[in-house]
Parts: sequence; structure tokens; C-alpha cells
Amino acid sequence: MIAGGMTHFKKINFNDDFRLNVKHSLDYALKDSGMKIGDIEGSVSAYFSDHLQGQLIAGAMSNDFIGLAGKPSKRIEGGGATGGLAFQTAYEEIASGTMDTCLAYGFENMSHVGTWRGNDIIALGSDASFDYPLGGFYTAYYALMATRHMYEFGTTEKQMAMVSVKNHGNAMYNPYAQAPMDITVDDVLKSPVVSSPIKMLDICLMSDGAACAILASEEVAKSYSGKPVLIKSIGSSSDTMRLADRPFGTVPLLPNENPEMYRNLKYPGVHSFRAGRLAAKMAYRKAGISNPQKEIDFAELYDAYTSAEIQAYEDMGFCQYGQGGKFIEDGRSMLDGDIPVNMEGGLQASGHAIGATGIMQAVYAFWQLQGTVHKHLGSNRLQVKNPHMGIIHSHAGTGAYEAVTVMEAV
Amino acid sequence: MGYGKLLKIDPLVVEWNYTTEYRHSYAEDSPFFMELGRGRLLGSRCKSCGFKYGTYRKYCMYCGSETEDMDLPLQGKVHSFTTCYYSGETFRGDVPYTLVLVEFPGIDSLFMSRLFMNHGEKPKIGMDVVAQFKKFQTFTVNDVYFVPA
Repeated sequence: MIAGGMTHFKKINFNDDFRLNVKHSLDYALKDSGMKIGDIEGSVSAYFSDHLQGQLIAGAMSNDFIGLAGKPSKRIEGGGATGGLAFQTAYEEIASGTMDTCLAYGFENMSHVGTWRGNDIIALGSDASFDYPLGGFYTAYYALMATRHMYEFGTTEKQMAMVSVKNHGNAMYNPYAQAPMDITVDDVLKSPVVSSPIKMLDICLMSDGAACAILASEEVAKSYSGKPVLIKSIGSSSDTMRLADRPFGTVPLLPNENPEMYRNLKYPGVHSFRAGRLAAKMAYRKAGISNPQKEIDFAELYDAYTSAEIQAYEDMGFCQYGQGGKFIEDGRSMLDGDIPVNMEGGLQASGHAIGATGIMQAVYAFWQLQGTVHKHLGSNRLQVKNPHMGIIHSHAGTGAYEAVTVMEAV
Repeated sequence: MGYGKLLKIDPLVVEWNYTTEYRHSYAEDSPFFMELGRGRLLGSRCKSCGFKYGTYRKYCMYCGSETEDMDLPLQGKVHSFTTCYYSGETFRGDVPYTLVLVEFPGIDSLFMSRLFMNHGEKPKIGMDVVAQFKKFQTFTVNDVYFVPA
């Protein structure tokens, strides 16, 4: 990766349509890398919902707007993992030798419908025969998982609230963030219950915004950027769309785990994201990571809900299954913890413009690994100290798709 | 789509209605929805590997073989639950409502449904629940729901 950019995510941005948002993020990346649009050989576009855009084939419209008409391009869609999967597709374009430079860009304009209607549209990303007619509400599906996680492992609403406090607090130092907030655990616990046990301040934002990442082959990367970041490996997996279909089997173990740890755990059930674990396992194997707790310096995790961030600590192997609540309670994912998570605010506070989100994570990780957070965010407050390796992680459809990418400073 | 109603200027924003008739076919899942009207809750059993599904499906996701219909027990236990105070626009009039994942004895996977309780009752994991069927079919999955046993 040689450059990235993003717009300031906003609840409503009627001034810039999706094309202009993409252009703003791209102009920033081009300026940062010294590249020109003519240097880009092709693109991968990422957006989740044609309903939200009110426009089909919106990728093609973006391409001609930014000057890439006439060059190869494809659209990737995978729910909340759309951006993360598109980033991986751009990597594949380079790794396969198809292109020497490739732009991954993502966008979503979610403000064009009201929040209740937005919930409806997003819930069409669940089984339209068996799940959607029960309430049309994704928060409910994650809440069912959170309830079971609490039952299996003793995770508490207070621990979930700590994630919200951390991410909103981190965002106070991120000028790109939509909802920086100085809040307390009590504020989160007293916010309106949306779908028990999940409350208003446990939930990510709906955003208008865009993000982009420019990837290049190793040789070309050196000619443009003094400080490229290596995409070390990619991993992805999938699971059943319906929560009700999730199996009750055994945990896919990471190298630093053993079967004794999970002797009585029926996995994944609805308490854990099997696709996340499998995606991480694939990415770690290809990157040669044998102990993520020791080798990964930070992570951008998919915190659509605070419960999902806690579940992801476990899926990613940052702690044993069942210890996710304790992981935040012990401060291990805080800025000064041993594996800081969502240093810039995550989906909770930085924003969730769905197609842009996974690429937004990549840009943040890129700046962290470059050590250029000060340059891009205006202060060093969120810079992880001397990071060598980080991961980005996103998922869709209560884990129906998941993507994990390992990035390394070089 | 149609003519827009002016919402604001600078930038110019118009609002239009975005609705359509949509013909949703249950296709191979049709027997499940039809039988709800006869008070039957169908699951599926794989003819090859024997896996028993709590949510109807025509083909086994483990071995790809065709399944056969089977009657699920009408009584089960709450595996997980949530009470929703917000929802999608379509279901705005329904809140608050409670969703449950139900586990059935001898069945290998779950079923998602609504749980109706008397005022003051609270759902909990392990609670015994029993299926009820709507008197007038809506031809949706809501034709079955659960109440405490």
C-alpha cells in the first residue's frame, strides 16, 4: 500500500455525492504519494447497497468521475465486509500480476433514507423469508449473539460499555471522526435500550463518506512512496446467513491454543463468529504468525456493536474464548494496552459508511504503520508506538462473510 | 421513483417515493409456509447424513443431499433472546417485541421466532416455550410464534 485517503464521515452530507466523496479521498491519497490518476492501472469499487445509493452501477459512475474510465474495474459487495473484501481484491489484482497499481475505493451515502428505513434496507441482508419478516432489524441479530455470549462466558453490559467509552474517547483526537464523545460507562448504560442488551451508545453510526487505498507491486511501490506498507497476507471465510443454522462443533484452533482450552464449548453456536476465526487463522498462517497476542501490535476491528468488538478479541485470538470481556476490562485494547484496538474510534465513533469502512480501516492501519498519524490526524495522540504489524477485520451478516488482512511496516 | 418533492436548495435536494410491488416466491421452501396454516412446524432431515434442521431447508448444507420434511416438536427451550424497542420501518408499529432462538430436543440447529409473554414476564435462556399458530395466515414466518410453556 502506498497511499490512502478518506473523507470526514458525516451523518448527512448532501453537498457531496458518492462520486465527489470518492474524489476527495482519492485527491488526498494522490497528493500524499505524488502519483497522478494516470498512474493508476485499474480499480475495485466497494459499496454495499444499491437501495441506499438510489443508483445501480454506481462504481462505473465513480470511475468516470475520477478519471478511470477505460481501465479495468469491478465492484465488490459483501455486506459490512464490503470494503475489507474490496481491499483484498485489489491486493489480488496486484499479487496475480494483473496490475502494478490498483485503486480500492469504497463509499456509502446512508443519509438518503431515515434511520428506521435504513434498518429495513440493511436487514434485507438477512434471510428475506425466515429472518427479515420477524422485525427487519440487524441490531436484534447481534443482540441475540450478545445475550448468548453473556450467558456462555459471563460477559457484562458494563464491559460492553467500556468498549464504547474507549472508541468514542479515542475519536476525540481524530478529525475524520463523525461522533467523538467524552462519555462514561454510566452514560452508555443509561442510553436507551435498542435491542436488549444493546443500547444506543453500543451501536455504530450510519454515515456518508468514502475512503480509498492505492496498492502497488513491490517494485512500483518503491518508486512512489518513501514508506510503503506491506500487505503481508489476506484471509477470509464465510458462515451461514441464518444465525439459526450455525453449528455446535469445535473451535478451529490457532497455533497458540490447544483443545483442552475449549473442552466443553459448543462452537460457534451464536456466541462467536466462526468466519472471523477462520479468516484470522488463514491470514495468520500465510503471514507466519504463531502467536497473535505477541506478534500483532494493533488492530482495527469491526465494532458495529460493542459486543462484536469483544467477540472479535476472541475470534482474532487476542485472548482465549470467554476472556473478551476481561480483555477490555484489563485495558488491553486501550491506546496504552498491549494490543490497542480501534485507536481512531472504529465504526462506533469514526463512522460506518458501509462500503468505505474496511478501506477506512486500511488507511488508518497504513498511517499507523508508517508512523504518520501526526501528519494525517494533526497530533500524535493516537499513534501506536513503533508498530510493526497490525490487522484490519470486518464482517457482514452476523459473520456470513469475514475478512482479515495483515499489514506490516517495512 | 417519480417526480420529486422539493426538500431544500443549495444543494438542491428532492424527495421521491420509492416503492414497488414485489413478488417474493418461497419456491422450494413453500411447504414450510403452507403447513404453518395447518398447525405444523416443519424442519428438515438430511436423507444422507441424518442432520436435523430446526429451520427448514431443502438441501443439506453439510453434504448437499436432498432433505425430507419432518415435524418439529412444538415445544422447545429459549437458546437466546432479545427485546427490540426499535426496528426496521416496516415493523415500527410492532415494538417492543421479543425475538428468540429456539432449540428443540433432538434437533441439531435452531429456529428464530417471536416470543409473546404476559405483562411482567421476562424471557430467559432455558425457558420452556411452545409454538402457537396464527388463526389467519399471513404467509410469512410470523404465522408461527412462541409463548411460555
